[in-house]
Amino acid sequence: MTVVGTPLKRKEDPKLLTGEGKYVDDIHAPGELWMGMVRSTMAHATIDGVDTSAAAAMPGVHAVYTGAQLMDMGLWAAPLPCAWPVTPDMVNPAHYPVATGEVHHVGEIIAVVLADTRAQATDAAEQVEVSYGPLPAVASIAEARTDGAKAHSELASNKSYTWALVPDPAALDAAFAAATHHVTAEFTQQRLIPTPMEPRGVLAVPGVAGGDVTLYSSSQVPHFLKILLAATTGIPESKIRAIAPAVGGGFGAKLNINPDESLALTLAHKLGRPVRWTETRSEAAFSTHQGRGQLQRIELAADADGKLLGVRVHLDADMGAYMMLVTPGVPLLGSFLYTGVYAVPAFGFTCDGWFTNMTPTDAYRGAGRPEASYAIERAMDILAAKVGVGPDEIRRRNYLAGGEKFENLAVPSTLVFDSGHYGPSLDLALDKAGYADLRAEQARRRAAGESKQLGIGLCTYVEICGLAPSRALGGLGFGSGGWEHAVVRLLPTGKAEVVSGSTPHGQGHETSWSMIVADKLGIDPADVTVLHSDTAISPLGLDTYGSRSLAVGGVAIAMACDKVIDKARLIAAHQMEANPEDLEFAEGAFTVKGSPDKTMPIQAIAFGAFLAHNLPDGMEPNLQEQMTFDPSNFAFPFGTHVAVVEVDETTGQVDLLRYVAVDDCGNQINPLIVEGQIHGGIVQGVAQALWEDAAWDADGNLRNPSLLDYLVPSAAEMPSFETAFTVTPSPANPLGVKGVGEAGTIGSAAAVINAVCDALSPHGITDIEMPATPRRVWKAIQEANQ
Amino acid sequence: MIPASFDYVEAASAEAAIAALTEHGDEAKLMAGGHSLIPLMRFRLATPSVVVDISRLSDLSYVRDGGDHLAIGALTRHCEVEASDLVKSQAGLLAHVAGQVGDPQVRHRGTIGGSLAHGDPASDLPAALLALGGSVVARGPGGERVIAASDLFTGFLETALAPDELLTEVRVPKGPDTTWSFQKFNRRAQDWAIVGVAACRNGAGNGAAGSTGVALINMGQTPMLATAVQSALASGASAADAAARAAEGTQPPEDLNGDAEYRTHLAQVLVGRALAELG
Repeated sequence: MTVVGTPLKRKEDPKLLTGEGKYVDDIHAPGELWMGMVRSTMAHATIDGVDTSAAAAMPGVHAVYTGAQLMDMGLWAAPLPCAWPVTPDMVNPAHYPVATGEVHHVGEIIAVVLADTRAQATDAAEQVEVSYGPLPAVASIAEARTDGAKAHSELASNKSYTWALVPDPAALDAAFAAATHHVTAEFTQQRLIPTPMEPRGVLAVPGVAGGDVTLYSSSQVPHFLKILLAATTGIPESKIRAIAPAVGGGFGAKLNINPDESLALTLAHKLGRPVRWTETRSEAAFSTHQGRGQLQRIELAADADGKLLGVRVHLDADMGAYMMLVTPGVPLLGSFLYTGVYAVPAFGFTCDGWFTNMTPTDAYRGAGRPEASYAIERAMDILAAKVGVGPDEIRRRNYLAGGEKFENLAVPSTLVFDSGHYGPSLDLALDKAGYADLRAEQARRRAAGESKQLGIGLCTYVEICGLAPSRALGGLGFGSGGWEHAVVRLLPTGKAEVVSGSTPHGQGHETSWSMIVADKLGIDPADVTVLHSDTAISPLGLDTYGSRSLAVGGVAIAMACDKVIDKARLIAAHQMEANPEDLEFAEGAFTVKGSPDKTMPIQAIAFGAFLAHNLPDGMEPNLQEQMTFDPSNFAFPFGTHVAVVEVDETTGQVDLLRYVAVDDCGNQINPLIVEGQIHGGIVQGVAQALWEDAAWDADGNLRNPSLLDYLVPSAAEMPSFETAFTVTPSPANPLGVKGVGEAGTIGSAAAVINAVCDALSPHGITDIEMPATPRRVWKAIQEANQ
Repeated sequence: MIPASFDYVEAASAEAAIAALTEHGDEAKLMAGGHSLIPLMRFRLATPSVVVDISRLSDLSYVRDGGDHLAIGALTRHCEVEASDLVKSQAGLLAHVAGQVGDPQVRHRGTIGGSLAHGDPASDLPAALLALGGSVVARGPGGERVIAASDLFTGFLETALAPDELLTEVRVPKGPDTTWSFQKFNRRAQDWAIVGVAACRNGAGNGAAGSTGVALINMGQTPMLATAVQSALASGASAADAAARAAEGTQPPEDLNGDAEYRTHLAQVLVGRALAELG
């Protein structure tokens, strides 16, 4: 019986699809008060006065607190946390849950209403009068870099930090000096609004006595939440229980310690009443961080054949108004991947982090890696054109290990790639796409001068996930380890229970973990229950982000299962009067070698361990083991994506006709879940390429803070994806697994824009800024033909 | 996304709805399918103190043969207009356009009367009614009157309906051999048109045989006829020459999807495509 590798339907889905999932907003506590947030309507201003009298007199209103009043109440021991000081001198202005003195972005909280109902809280918040002293807003990176522009009046400049990774500056300069071909390209990574299906929400419920608070939050990271809220509020960690109930997607948006969470916790703790809040979709554009927000400059140096000699990258990264949990580190996550899947002798990367008067940025699906993949893959196409070879050929000439299979290969960005095999990935993708036929059709349309032109775009990506070896994180200044914890126990009745510190928010952990345990212990996946997402049940954990759950948390579970089997073997040997080494474990039972009739199922051993009537001397009763796994390396999934677009040159409309994706995430536990992750990931990358764009005006107002104007594509806009997989196991963990949660996004934006630029190349167009809107494409054609 | 407080009145009849409008005047808003009104209320862009719910007036949901015209009850849902054999055979443009509004959920709640009474220049159905030369029936305390589609849309989200009038019926001329085209340009299937064009050419079975109706979506403050295109065609201009005049007299809005220049271009392209389809 083997279930790993089979497309088992997800255990979670019947409940979720029938509306039985309990999200934070579904959970209520007697006597709860709703928070209504008074949010700044100015991007940058002094707060000259806050009049709460009218609001306080509104029906159902319990209290109205200004920022100054909340600070006076002593709710906070420290500002909201940033866990990633990327340099020792990084500038990090204090960020409290509520503004006092000066606001730094539209939507920053100025005052909080507590009322009996949500409608009352909303109505009352509308009645709070704020007097502003307007200050100039810094609403773009370009503006932030301007002398004299200040997003924070008290700071000397808008620059927070400069981070550099230039292993050998002399070699880098020499590479560029020796090159025949040079490419210099600049790309804009527009800001994106993460938009998980479930908006964020929080409910803090004080205990009946003793100062305990249970905090329900739609969080990816309840373990971080508990520790960091304890540290910043002064409420003892042991008094906080953080629960992430059903969580409807996150994409990084729920990987944070947010003002609303700190407010709910501290107000509930202070007042002794439950306090709740759920963001509206429009509020989410300000109350939840945004993604991307980078200006990229990438330079390639190559020899006459187009073989890369060096890659030099500079980023200007938009931090937004404040540093959130990992804001400054997001560009660093990409820094190691600007050489992509290519052998590059010399590499240099620098990044400046800038404050602006906009919603803070932070992790969003891929976090740094989609940006990196985009820059190198777009630049490789430009290089191919210079060298005069096809985009497939330029890639082949530069693949690490010549496109052959490798393990543990050091790359110039200082990392060691765990494994890769890039040549066959490209071959399979081109074959599946029918690449030669596509090029022929493209040539036909060009020759015929048709108004709808074809574009074919490639992206051969590598990504870095499985976060992470704790030492490596320490080296990057990240304020956490990268291990994961698991407990596996066999209950007296023979069923298995798993406690995982990895907190799912839609990934299907319960299914995947059940499959791993089922195969390891030889039991039915239906007999495995997975407990998670509650710090009282799963006190140790580092949660879900960075495509880490399987490669770290899943491996911890597998290793805990091995420990369970080891203990069970001792019990079986003792009870069967055999030597442990003479026992074989298969199909959930121990058998004495050579005596197939002498067998003992693991369920019986579990019951025996519970009874403890007949255990080896000194052995602890019960069959339960735990494992904390700290990986030895990151994991490096890779793949080749091919996008085929049709560009209507009359209107500029881009239609994605086909999308071929060949991905390699090492060994797969559940191919159905892998396929789903690839699909969703592709859509999010394509969305950045063609639709999504948080449009801030010069005054720091967001022009599209609702799903009317912020265009998240639906299934109707997507073709049927054509997927295939190669399997190159990771040598870095015993399951040989990598990660797949972000891979689709990391490959797809570059593939699509490469395709659009390919279609437009006869006009001499070499770049189209994302998103490639119809108007933008039409304008580019107009300007090119003038 | 939380509406302001309002009173809710469920109308048991058209007369009761009109009485409620008479009583509350400008403070009241009618709600049929709710797909225009409720989003505005949730954004607090509309804050009526009274919402008069007419969604249960099932006697206003019908499609009838009115002799020379089709009569469609104001509360007929988009999906019903889309699926009606009578509409499909006698006003194919209208059936098709009803099937292009929003997404299936919207089409199962939204009503034809609600869409027309809202008067949104970016909506599809007003343009279809304009191109077809249709009309609406308005019922008020003093009785009924017929308003031609070309007189209905008076300003941004404003119509010729009086505050105490209820739109009860939509009328379109029967045109079994009318040819038509609908061009909707948008970035996502569910969106309003960035620019759209509804066009039809009346066949021999229609009183206005041979004439061409062309209406524009999202090219100004109101749903509008492309009068310059129509008059060019009437005076014998080629389709291409007529299409070049698509944006004359329009005031295209500027937003994230397009500026006036781009919308002008789109209007010309889309009118050209529509006229080509009419043949």
